[in-house]
Amino acid sequence: MTSTSLTAGTTAEADENAVAERVRKIKESQDVGVSRAEGWRRRGPLLPALIFMIAVTQVPFLFTLYYSTLSWNLVRPGSRRFVGLNNYVAVVQDSQFWSVAGNTVILIVGVVLISALLGLLIALLLDRAFLGRGVVRTLLITPFLITPVAGALIWKTTILDPNNGILNWVLSLVGVGPVDWIGQFPLSMVMVELIWQWTPFMMLLILAGLTSMPRDQLEAGRVDGATAFQLFRELTLPHLRRFIELGVVLGAVYLVNTFDAIFMMTQGGPGVASANLPFYIYQRAFLGFDMGQAAAMGVVVVIFTMIIASFALRLIFKSFSGKEEAA
Amino acid sequence: MTTTVERTTATADVPPVRKKKSRKFSPWGIVAWLVGIGFFFPVLWMVLTAFKQESDAATNPPKFFFTPTLDQFAAVFDQGIGPAMLNSVFATAMSTILVLLLGVPAAFALSLRPVRKTSDALFFFMSTKMLPVVAAILPLYVIVSNLGLLDNIWALVVLYTSMNLPIAVWMMRSFFLEVPGELLEAASLDGASLWRSVREVILPLVSPGIAATALICVIFAWNEFFLAVNLTAVNAQTMPVYLVGFIAGEGQYWAVLSAAATMAALPVILCGWFAQNKLVRGLSFGAIK
Amino acid sequence: MKPLRSTLHRLALCAAATGLVLTAGCAGAGSLGASENEVTIALVSNSQMTDAQKLSSEFETANPGVKLKFISLSENQARAKITMSTAMGGSQFDVVMISNFETPQWARDGWLLNLSDYAKNTPGYDEADFIPSLRDSLSYEGNMYSVPFYGESSFLMYRKDMFEKAGIKVNPDAKYQPTWQEVAEWAKTIKAKQVSDAGICLRGKPGWGEVLAPLDTVINTFGGRWFDDQWNAQLNSPEVKKAVNFYVNTIKESGELGASSTGFQECANLFGQGQTAMWYDATSAVSVLEDPKTYPDLVGKIGYLPAPIVEKPNSGWLYTWALGIPKAAKNPDGAWKFISWMTSKDYMKLVGEKLGWARVPPGSRTSTYTELPEYEAISKSYGPLTLQSITNATPDKPTVQPVPYTGVQFVGIPEFQDLGTRVSQQISAAIAGQKSVDAAMEQAQLYAEVVGKSYQEK
Repeated sequence: MTSTSLTAGTTAEADENAVAERVRKIKESQDVGVSRAEGWRRRGPLLPALIFMIAVTQVPFLFTLYYSTLSWNLVRPGSRRFVGLNNYVAVVQDSQFWSVAGNTVILIVGVVLISALLGLLIALLLDRAFLGRGVVRTLLITPFLITPVAGALIWKTTILDPNNGILNWVLSLVGVGPVDWIGQFPLSMVMVELIWQWTPFMMLLILAGLTSMPRDQLEAGRVDGATAFQLFRELTLPHLRRFIELGVVLGAVYLVNTFDAIFMMTQGGPGVASANLPFYIYQRAFLGFDMGQAAAMGVVVVIFTMIIASFALRLIFKSFSGKEEAA
Repeated sequence: MTTTVERTTATADVPPVRKKKSRKFSPWGIVAWLVGIGFFFPVLWMVLTAFKQESDAATNPPKFFFTPTLDQFAAVFDQGIGPAMLNSVFATAMSTILVLLLGVPAAFALSLRPVRKTSDALFFFMSTKMLPVVAAILPLYVIVSNLGLLDNIWALVVLYTSMNLPIAVWMMRSFFLEVPGELLEAASLDGASLWRSVREVILPLVSPGIAATALICVIFAWNEFFLAVNLTAVNAQTMPVYLVGFIAGEGQYWAVLSAAATMAALPVILCGWFAQNKLVRGLSFGAIK
Repeated sequence: MKPLRSTLHRLALCAAATGLVLTAGCAGAGSLGASENEVTIALVSNSQMTDAQKLSSEFETANPGVKLKFISLSENQARAKITMSTAMGGSQFDVVMISNFETPQWARDGWLLNLSDYAKNTPGYDEADFIPSLRDSLSYEGNMYSVPFYGESSFLMYRKDMFEKAGIKVNPDAKYQPTWQEVAEWAKTIKAKQVSDAGICLRGKPGWGEVLAPLDTVINTFGGRWFDDQWNAQLNSPEVKKAVNFYVNTIKESGELGASSTGFQECANLFGQGQTAMWYDATSAVSVLEDPKTYPDLVGKIGYLPAPIVEKPNSGWLYTWALGIPKAAKNPDGAWKFISWMTSKDYMKLVGEKLGWARVPPGSRTSTYTELPEYEAISKSYGPLTLQSITNATPDKPTVQPVPYTGVQFVGIPEFQDLGTRVSQQISAAIAGQKSVDAAMEQAQLYAEVVGKSYQEK
């Protein structure tokens, strides 16, 4: 593909080249892959899903935007009135909101990264054949299957309980005194519970990716004498990268909303040390019944998540499209 | 830092000496078992607790041996587990079917040679999950109430579909991207027999991926609590809501809650086991290629 | 082979699909079928309410044609759901379970139906039988807007055998009310002599109904209050600080481990396992502790004393789970039929006969304590004290100095759910050792000032 050549021959030649260049460009734009009708046919299958999502999610979002401009306390009848952006100002000035936002970021980053790493390691473990592999796979998936409410309570009551929990009991067998896990390390304990629940998800994704990987390349590589680690780094990991990124994206977006673990284990305490944004908003909505505030907080969360996500996704898409061209 | 994998011509005269992989008792197998048991232990403990009396449920030292009782399960069934189970099955199954119906074509369309709009569409799907449900619950409540759908299972079906569709589209797109590009392009150009070529050629290749996606949608829908508790009352109550009904404010509930949670998890565990088989079958497909 | 398999596949799918569509009919496909004779009831999931659900078949037999539908949720969820539905004027529920916190406020807002009229027209219901302090706490302008199902105050429970072992002697006088300083000494002694892991178990879990319930009674009896009668917040006043310091220090010195996440359930478990010698909490704890099935070893070993005091006597709290009818209920008459059954004298007898006398809902009717000999027999150690604590509770005048609000362990204003929770989070942090009590109370004062200001502007 030559750009306009710098070393022009005679002006006549240059003109010819220019015309040829234009014709080529026109032909390209009429390429069968990007013709109008073709474009619609390609996008066709996407439309039902798209229309459905727009209908079901945008209407509530618009309502939320509207409510965020009201001062409306549900248990004080007659208090509903328009206040414009006051709620947003209050949110910006609420220092607890921001410290809770910090907790949320720590929570999401920590849980996603650690569970992705663990999921990868476990998926690799499960990729080999051994006796009872199917059973182990089912065992490993179960934490993800348990209702989050029950899962959180299991950890709080049976494992982490300072007086009767199993963890402290095991520690007492080796002479370590009882530790108030939830009181001293509230956010970390919530993260541990979430990692326990989410590692199976990551593992499942990566395992699905592993099963769809062509084995012949690996075999060839092994025959040629490459070590397992080399094989992993050069062949497996790039292939899995898509799935790991998928897991990270999905896990992160889902974890933005995580609520049950905090509600059941720590009630956001002590103080707001382990509260995250959904829990904080929940308290304003269902204890304060301040619907306008809660809506405004929700919109602020959307704005920030969008900003962060667009940066993150741009990175991922670069790698995605890069891979496709290489493929 | 590149490490070149030596590509010597593989001659057949001396078969490479390879460590014989013992299928049964490899050390990694043992590690895998330990990890599996470790992850499973809290669940196992919960199931054990379901058979205890309340006073045995949380003791120091923990009671590994105790006289089992079925009292807790009796209490769980006493309060009418049937309707909740039925509602959960319906909402989960229906929404997962809708998700697949809407999502598979969408994922297919988005996995073809990327149009400018691909990343926009994907970003839009993801953005629908950015608004915390807790902030939108009152608007949702008002809308659902005005539509007369409060305490109606169909409201949950629609909302669960919208909750899972973005995840499903993202996931299945990844699996479609695994399919060799030429096959996808050929299918999309096939015109009249587009669906047949998709069904007969492409779907079998991505079926482990679809199974994984369906399983994850089932899990999310089955365990969803917040929308269910706020938008349903007595008719459309689902299992998680039923479960929370055992958390007593002034009383001891750990054993009976364990029993309820065990019952709630059983159907999903069955689904998980079933879906796993599909995943395993996918293994052989991949190797044949 | 392939076509056969795919046909079978398709058949299976069709069958499944048909099955699904059919279940739509059975599943909750809407309240379209809500007949005149359906009563939808929202309850909180405590054991007494679960018992009522179990016995509801008796009601349906006695009232053919009436169908009962229940939803039972944990306290926080139930309260949030019922409040949202009632505040939006919804007609989802015919009967709602609320407390003496909501009733006066909602009655004033016109969200509940007047039940005194119904009660007058129900022979044998005997509204006057309800314990007076409870009846008043659920009334507005002389009429009851919800009727109590069970009521509670707070008292001190202790292990008689552990006290003996530690050499602690309790004043046997009938009118004796221990002081908090005495109780703290006892706890220290128990801990020092290693008779038990903890001397006393006190709640520390964040929540306006969790740590604040016992703590507020301590604040009240130390002479503190939330607001003065001009709605100036008082949370950093010397009396309140003294009370909170006392509470936090007692826990630190002789309380349970992990107090910042300890609520009713955890303390009940500790007391039942013998890991604490004392427990200050609701009178309804007897339903858990005195149940021979759960704790057979404890029978006869538990002693009871009135809520400890400092300056103000009779400092036990007052709380009740009661049943009301929202304004927009579809079936108010059916609702009252059910309510009157569930809160009647006959219901108490029914529970006693069918489920055991220990499970009779306590603390709502005086007749439970005077006209049921079987109940009296098994409740000798705690029954009279329960009745006394509830009767003597003073929600209208809960503090030493005058206050503009009612409520012993809460402040009866709608903002209290949020304010109380925020303050409780600070105190919980202090209990966990993450902040000093002073810092916690300074922050709490800021929160309270915001609320106080909004009342001063009225």
